[in-house]
Amino acid sequence: MEEIKLIKGNEAIAEAAIRAGADGYFGYPITPQSEVMEKLMLEEPWKTTGMVVLQAESEVAAINMVYGGGACGKRVLTSSSSPGISLMQECISYMAGSEIPCLIVNVTRGGPGLGTIQPSQADYFQACKGGGHGDYHLLVLAPASVQEMADFVGLGFELAFKYRNPVMILSDGAIGQMMEKVILREQKQRWTQEEINHMSPWAATGKPKNREYNILTSLELDSAVQEKLNIKLQDKYHQMEEAEVRFEEFGCDDAEYLLVAFGLSARICQKTMELGRAKGIKIGLHRPITLFPFPTKQIRMRADQVKGMLVVEMNAGQMVEDVRLAANGKVKVEHYGRFGGIIPSPIEVLTVLENKIIGGK
Amino acid sequence: MNEIINPENLVYQKSTILTEKAFHYCPGCGHSTVHRLVAEVIEEMDIQDKTIAISPVGCSVFAYHYSQVDWIQAAHGRATAVATGVKRLMPDHFVYTYQGDGDLAAIGTGETIHAINRGENITIIFINNGIYGMTGGQMAPTTLPGMKTSTSPYGRDTEIMGNPLKITEIVASLKGAYYITRQSVHNPASVRKCKKAIRKAFENQKLKKGVSLVEVVSNCNSGWKMKPVESNEWMVENMFPFYPMGDIKVPEEK
Repeated sequence: MEEIKLIKGNEAIAEAAIRAGADGYFGYPITPQSEVMEKLMLEEPWKTTGMVVLQAESEVAAINMVYGGGACGKRVLTSSSSPGISLMQECISYMAGSEIPCLIVNVTRGGPGLGTIQPSQADYFQACKGGGHGDYHLLVLAPASVQEMADFVGLGFELAFKYRNPVMILSDGAIGQMMEKVILREQKQRWTQEEINHMSPWAATGKPKNREYNILTSLELDSAVQEKLNIKLQDKYHQMEEAEVRFEEFGCDDAEYLLVAFGLSARICQKTMELGRAKGIKIGLHRPITLFPFPTKQIRMRADQVKGMLVVEMNAGQMVEDVRLAANGKVKVEHYGRFGGIIPSPIEVLTVLENKIIGGK
Repeated sequence: MNEIINPENLVYQKSTILTEKAFHYCPGCGHSTVHRLVAEVIEEMDIQDKTIAISPVGCSVFAYHYSQVDWIQAAHGRATAVATGVKRLMPDHFVYTYQGDGDLAAIGTGETIHAINRGENITIIFINNGIYGMTGGQMAPTTLPGMKTSTSPYGRDTEIMGNPLKITEIVASLKGAYYITRQSVHNPASVRKCKKAIRKAFENQKLKKGVSLVEVVSNCNSGWKMKPVESNEWMVENMFPFYPMGDIKVPEEK
C-alpha cells in the first residue's frame, strides 16, 4: 500500500526500487549517493521481495553486473555519482548497443576530475549526448524533487523495457541529500520467470526447445549489417522523441520572458518567477523533465511567444545548446551558470534575467 | 563403405549443442577443441535450457556463433562481473564465462579476483595461450620470459616488461575458489582429461560452493608463428614447465 514518508532523495530511490519490483541493485559507494545502497542493505529486500543487492568492487564491475542482469530480462539498477558514472561509460555503451534495459541513477557532483562532493549539473552532456563511445542515447529523466526521485524509478524501468534501452535518472547531490515528504507507491510484484520469458523473448533465460538461442551482443563486423543496427537504434531514438517528451511549465501562457531550467535549477527558478511576477515582470518557467528526448518542439513554440529566454544551469552552459537549437535564432537565449557546487539563489537569477534579457543589449 | 555407415557402428558424433557454423579459429588452435568439450558437457548434462554463457573480447568473442545456448557478450575483461549479475539473478541456471588470458588476467584482473573471492557459483573456462591472438600476437600478461611477440619483438625482457602472471595460482588462494585446475588439449589423453575437468566444473555449480575454474594452456600457432604440431611441441617444452598441468585446488572429499 501507499505510504507517506519524510526521507532523503537517495533513500527514496532505494525505497522506490524495492516497491517497483526491482530484481537487483549493484553499486559501489560514492558521495553524495551512498545512502541508496545503505538504505537497501538496511531494508534487506532479499528477505521480502527477493531483490538482490550486491556491493561490487568498482563502478566498472557494478555496471557490468547490471548488464548481466538486464540481459536476463530482469529489472536491475545501479546508482553512482559523476566520477563513478564516467567509469561506467564503456558498459553503458555496450548496453545501448546490445539493447539492454536498465536503470542508472546519477546523483551528480561537481567536476572535472575528483571535483567536489557538492551538487552540480555539469554532466548534462555526458548523460544526454552519449557519454560513452558510439552513436547512442540514454533516455534521461531529470527529477526536481524527492517525490520525482521515487516516481522516476518505476517510470524509468517502464521506459527501459519499452525501448530496450538504458534509462538514466540525472539528479544531483542536493536532490539526493535533501529530505522531503514523499508518497511511496504500493509494492509491485517482481516479474515471474514466465512473465519475463513472455515479455522479453530476446533475453538470456536459457534456451528452451521451442526457440533459437539468444545472443546479446553489440558486435557486428560486417559494416553493412552494423550500419543497419545503427539505423535501428536511431529509429528508436526518434520514436522516443515522438512519444516520450516530458516537461512542466509554469506561468507560460502570458509570459514575456522564459526561464528554462532542469532539476534543482528549476526549483530555484520557480522562486525567481514568483519574485519577478511580484515586481510585475511576466516570467514563465519551462522545465524539461526528459532531457533526452528534449522538449524541442515546445521550446520552439515558446520562442515565437517570448521576448527572451534565460537558461539557468549549475554548469558552464550545456542544456543551453539544446535550447538555442530549439529557438533557432528566433529569440535571444542567454545562459546563467554557477559551478563547483555553488547553487544560485532566486534573487541572483532574477538580477541576471533583468540585466541580460530584459534590459540587455 | 556404405555398409559401415550404420547407426550401430556410430562411435562419435558432433554435439547437438554445436551449430553448423565452421569455427573461425586458425587450424590447430585449441579453442575449437575446448568449445567442443564444453558443448559435449552441456549436452551430456542436459542443461541447454539452463545454461547462460558469457563470451569475452579476444579470439573467443565469437564463441556465441558455435554453441546453441543463450549468450551475453561482455566488454573486455568484464565477463565475471557480467556472470555475477546473471548468476545472482538466475541462481538455478548454469553460468559460465569463456575467457582468454588477456581478458581474464590483464584488463579483467580485478573482476576475476573479486568474483572468485566472493565465491560466485559460476564456471570459468580460461584459455591461456600466452599471447593476444585476436589483435595479432601482442604480449600478454602470461607471455613467458624471453618469448617473442609483436610488442616484445626481441623477446619479453622481464626487467622492462615485467613478469608473467600466474593468475590461476593467485585465485586458488582465495576462499571463494572451490575447484581450480590447469589442463591442456594437445593430445587425445589430455583432451579426455580436460573434458572431465570441465564436467566437474559444471557439476560443481549444483553444490553452490564457489567458483570452478579450468585453465586450458593452449597453443596459438598463428601468434607464435609456428606450425600447429610444432606449436604444441613448443608448448609442452616451454609453457608446461612454467604453467604446470594438474589440479591446483580440489574440494576436500568427505
